[in-house]
Amino acid sequence: MKIRLEVIKDVREICQQHKDEPSPLIVILEEVQKKYGYVPVELQEVISEETGVPAAEIYGVVTFYSFFSLTPKGKYVIHVCLGTACYVKNAQSVLDKLCTILGIKPGQTTEDGLFTIEAVRCMGACALAPAVSVNGKVFPRVQPTEVEKIIKEFRDQEGK
Amino acid sequence: MEKILNPEALDQKIAECTEKLNDKLSGKGGKRAILVCGGTGCLANDSQPIFDKIAEELKARHLDDKVSVTRVGCFGMCSQGPFVKILPEDTLYCKVKPADVERIMTESIEGGKIIEDLLYVNPVNGEKIVHQGDIPFYKKQQKVALHGVSTIDPLEIEESLGCDGFKALRKVLTSMKPQEVIDEVLKSGLRGRGGGGFPTGRKWQFAANVNAPQKYIVCNGDEGDPGAFMDESMLEGNPYAVVEGMEIAGYAFGATEGYFYVRAEYPVAVARLKNAIAEMRKAGLIGKNILGTGWNFDVHLREGAGAFVCGEETALLNSIEGKRGMPRPRPPYPAIKGLWGCPTCVNNVETLAQIGYIIRIGS
Repeated sequence: MKIRLEVIKDVREICQQHKDEPSPLIVILEEVQKKYGYVPVELQEVISEETGVPAAEIYGVVTFYSFFSLTPKGKYVIHVCLGTACYVKNAQSVLDKLCTILGIKPGQTTEDGLFTIEAVRCMGACALAPAVSVNGKVFPRVQPTEVEKIIKEFRDQEGK
Repeated sequence: MEKILNPEALDQKIAECTEKLNDKLSGKGGKRAILVCGGTGCLANDSQPIFDKIAEELKARHLDDKVSVTRVGCFGMCSQGPFVKILPEDTLYCKVKPADVERIMTESIEGGKIIEDLLYVNPVNGEKIVHQGDIPFYKKQQKVALHGVSTIDPLEIEESLGCDGFKALRKVLTSMKPQEVIDEVLKSGLRGRGGGGFPTGRKWQFAANVNAPQKYIVCNGDEGDPGAFMDESMLEGNPYAVVEGMEIAGYAFGATEGYFYVRAEYPVAVARLKNAIAEMRKAGLIGKNILGTGWNFDVHLREGAGAFVCGEETALLNSIEGKRGMPRPRPPYPAIKGLWGCPTCVNNVETLAQIGYIIRIGS
């Protein structure tokens, strides 16, 4: 994968901003993840050069934490809570329905780059179980029948 | 807020803020206050549009000098949210929708009537309850760790100062030796609220006994158990109390730096804690020479990156150090060799939230 030069420059800058903090690796990775939606191996190498942390170690960190992704995420990241409270309230069916509609599995991104589905742990919104959040906006008490409507809302926003 | 330079200036500020907050909540001068729940549960049910609409309506009706509206922390009964509470009457409206705001304004605020269908219904006998204090769930509650939560605006340091904030920090910095603080916490019998139940005072004592140039206090906000969100409520509702508890802990065993580790799944908590730290820095309650006592303390915030195991204290320390969050073998315990090899106490959010209360009231 070819990474654009300005992205590399920007990532170097992010590293520089945190160079005075002790062990800033995860802070840097979080910032890159938030800004670009993923942290590919090519960028990990750049971060390695800047911070002096071996690239293998960075790869280890990136693959350890579920917030970091090696592939680009969609514009809308859908979190389906599979915490205990949501699970007993039928969250699995909501997730399955979502996967069927979008034709992808949890962790994958649709071909048009719009949606990523992720199964997440408890969001702390058990009173609203089963909870689904899209880019941080929480949809409470989602029924499998409502999933289509939620997707449509975002497709309409995109005019697709 | 301008910098508070000495204990006397803090006393004065506390007195001012306490009067201001009490006046607001008790409806002095015929004024009224509307509190809207801004906890994660209510926010997910549109409490932000409700808040915005109330503010808008108050302006449009020229009521904004007589009625105030505040977004507060979690009310604790999320299944009945979003909540709108009207003071001084203590009227509590449940499951409010943005479309209800106009009715609340016209009938309740201007008309002085109670809107029956927005009241809490007692599931036991079907009775409608008007006042929050009469609801069985709240009747016997006395908030200690949650002091100020759902009363104060978590983004305003002055409201926290009006709600006993930083009285305990002033007390330890001006009148207590570090060992006295540890003894007080030991005597209180406080045990780690993260689940382990280890006596907090004893943990501090271990770290205090080690002679080291650098020690750390870490606050574990990586709450991950399904259905548990007390840490979230505290960080969202009154983050100042937690930071104050961290500072007192640091003073007690000799740490000059504190790290918060909060899971990234709690964006609201992270944002409010960030704001609290920034506000305290501005007020001189974090940084160098706090309250002119010559004591220094700095606070940092690290976000989790989505790993359940990082709630375990040694895995959490690895995560702060930028490593994979894998537990370390113990011993050595963190109190001897923790963050970057320095003596470190890892305390839960709820544990630290109780410290101010213990110091204020005494063990």
